[in-house]
Amino acid sequence: MRKLLTLLSILVMSSLLLTACGGGATEAPASEPTAAEPSEPQPTAAQPAETAEMTEEPGTTEGPAPAAQGGGILEAVKARGTLICGGRTDLAGFGMLDDAGNNIGFDIDLCRAVAAAVLGDPEAVEVVPLTAADRGPALQTGEVDMLSRNVTWTSSRDAQWGNFTIIMFYDGQGFMIRKDSGITSTDQFDGATVCVTSGTTTEQNLADFFRQNNMTYEAVIFEETAAVYGAYEEGRCDITTSDKSQLASVRSGFADPDAHEILDITISKEPLTPAVPHGDDAWFDTVKIVMFALINAEELGVTQANVEEMKSSDNVNIQRLLGQEGDWGYSDLGLEPEALANAISAVGNYGEIYDRYMGPEGIAFTLPRGPNRLWTNGGLVYAPPVK
Amino acid sequence: MASTQSVDQQSTGIPFYRDERILKIVAQVISTIVIIGLLIWAALNFLRAAEARNMTLTFGFLKEAAGFPISNPPIKYEPSMSFGRAFFVGLVNTLIVSVTGIIAATILGTLIALARLSTNWLLNRIALVFVEFNRNIPLLVLLFILYFVIFQNLPRVKESIVWPGPIYLNQRGIYLTWPRLTETGMIFVILFGVGVVLAIIAYSVLRRRRELSGQNTYYGQISLGILVVSGVLGWVLSGTPFRLSYPELQGFNFQGGLRLTPEFSGMFIGLTTYTAAFIAEVVRSGIQAVDRGQIEAARAVGLSTMQVLSLVIMPQALRIIVPPMISQYLNLTKNSSLALAIGFQEVFSVGKIAINQAGRAVPVFALVMLTYLALSLFTSLVLNIYNQRIQFVTR
Repeated sequence: MRKLLTLLSILVMSSLLLTACGGGATEAPASEPTAAEPSEPQPTAAQPAETAEMTEEPGTTEGPAPAAQGGGILEAVKARGTLICGGRTDLAGFGMLDDAGNNIGFDIDLCRAVAAAVLGDPEAVEVVPLTAADRGPALQTGEVDMLSRNVTWTSSRDAQWGNFTIIMFYDGQGFMIRKDSGITSTDQFDGATVCVTSGTTTEQNLADFFRQNNMTYEAVIFEETAAVYGAYEEGRCDITTSDKSQLASVRSGFADPDAHEILDITISKEPLTPAVPHGDDAWFDTVKIVMFALINAEELGVTQANVEEMKSSDNVNIQRLLGQEGDWGYSDLGLEPEALANAISAVGNYGEIYDRYMGPEGIAFTLPRGPNRLWTNGGLVYAPPVK
Repeated sequence: MASTQSVDQQSTGIPFYRDERILKIVAQVISTIVIIGLLIWAALNFLRAAEARNMTLTFGFLKEAAGFPISNPPIKYEPSMSFGRAFFVGLVNTLIVSVTGIIAATILGTLIALARLSTNWLLNRIALVFVEFNRNIPLLVLLFILYFVIFQNLPRVKESIVWPGPIYLNQRGIYLTWPRLTETGMIFVILFGVGVVLAIIAYSVLRRRRELSGQNTYYGQISLGILVVSGVLGWVLSGTPFRLSYPELQGFNFQGGLRLTPEFSGMFIGLTTYTAAFIAEVVRSGIQAVDRGQIEAARAVGLSTMQVLSLVIMPQALRIIVPPMISQYLNLTKNSSLALAIGFQEVFSVGKIAINQAGRAVPVFALVMLTYLALSLFTSLVLNIYNQRIQFVTR
């Protein structure tokens, strides 16, 4: 393939040179020797071909090379110096912009943790904002190294889009209504207008819910999340539906949050899970283990503040997590022993990330942890041990 | 003679790689090879990349259940129906908005053009402002203004604006009182349809006879008479063919009447006004291109104003207007894909959802492109045939 590319570039160059010769008779003597000498255009043509291949590596547009499919992402990320992470900028708590214009949020911190573990620098992340409808193809084609954009893990997406790592947020779909609408339960939904984001599991759950309950509805569908909630707030719809965390997040941004109510009913399971492209097992493991580490850190009481002193802890599990004793798998993955410690010191443990955005003092809004408590506290958050 | 000889000598004297004639051919051959090579390379690379990522390039998924809703489907659609059906619903929406848009934009554009040509200063300036406003704002911006600023800020359902008719305006759409066919209404429709066909036949046959023989065959009056008679006959036979359906507030929304959703209305008005501005300029340039002498001559032979317009100005103006008009119609059809931004579900936005739900980006995009291509080619074909018919007939 590269040979062909080189050949083509030479052809292009020589044809350009030839047409230049044909056009200006006076210039001909000057350009003639260059055309005759084959050694001159060859290196210049080969060089762009090489750089093209370098930049294409993360996208793995060049299919055949084993580096592209069999373990290239980590090397590509290291060579590039940044982690390309599919995220969003428009959902408070998960992926939003702060006053200074930085992209922050629960999902973004997961990317930062991976960047800190792999590159030693949590800032070495390039967040690519994706719409719900674009995120699947972006992961499928390998445009992003990692997708952390409140994606619900489903079997068909697992088969089509990429590898899903570990559930980082247990969510469920709910409904938000205007308090003055007089609706108190879903029985009164018949004939209602519902605003929903296109290309989501939400859209399908909504259809299933109304079908199962033999009710009709009118869907108003937008690709942009902002348009969906804008239309709902203006009154275009009676109801809007999404993951409950998202509804809480959006309500916090409304002009009058108290005028809206999130109904108690939950109609679906929405396990929000970061995902990586198919075909690179080592990279899949790396991202998974960073997620394990964040959850284990909370379990073991390792926080962003105390990670340095915990390195000399007596607890052997902490010692292993922080790379002070034994091998948690770093040598096989080609990482630093303290990679996980770096991740924790960059973004904190799971609980800290949660509380930063959605805790009682959270930047975005307050949402009780509910099922997102650790398994030791009666929640569902559980990760394999790091050892 | 001497000069050509010297040129010949010169060209035979120089080596082939300096010969301009040969170089031109070589350059053509090389660029053809380069372009074809690049295309083959791109196709091969694409197939290899698709294979490496297990991206299926088949259309089998079109039979699977779609699972997603479509807002206000124009034909029967349930989420349990197939992706193919969903796609078809999108296509119907595209056709509806394009066809209604083309008709409305043509009428509006022609009126604006006539206003622009008017000697009435006020009318002229209003038309000028309309044209300059609409054609100097990007369509997407226009759509956002129409949808998010105007339609979304209409009053709530219970506080609807009522216009005579009654027409109700609210956030959920425009509700018009609309005639609906009664059970016997089909009799009227069929009879009137037959009448229309007969009238058209009578018109063309009698008109041709007049043109050939020069006798007055009263073609206009006769065909109009057929229309009226068939209409009245149908109406009487069917009793009451139509009943007016009034929109009434029931539950969350109005029921009955004809409802235009804010998404459709925004799209329709946006496309119509935007394209009408361009059409107005096309029509105006066409009319102004007709030589003044033609009009003066027509007046001099004693033709009435209507005859001047229909027999002299329009036949000549149309020859100039139609080709650029085809482009405007194609633009309007393709611009309808911007509906994605304001939630009107035409073929492109349904396609985007299908990509996400079925995970088949390449086949879906291929299908969307083919659809637009087919629509555009069909439109140009029809209009090109029309264009040929109105050209000068040379004997």
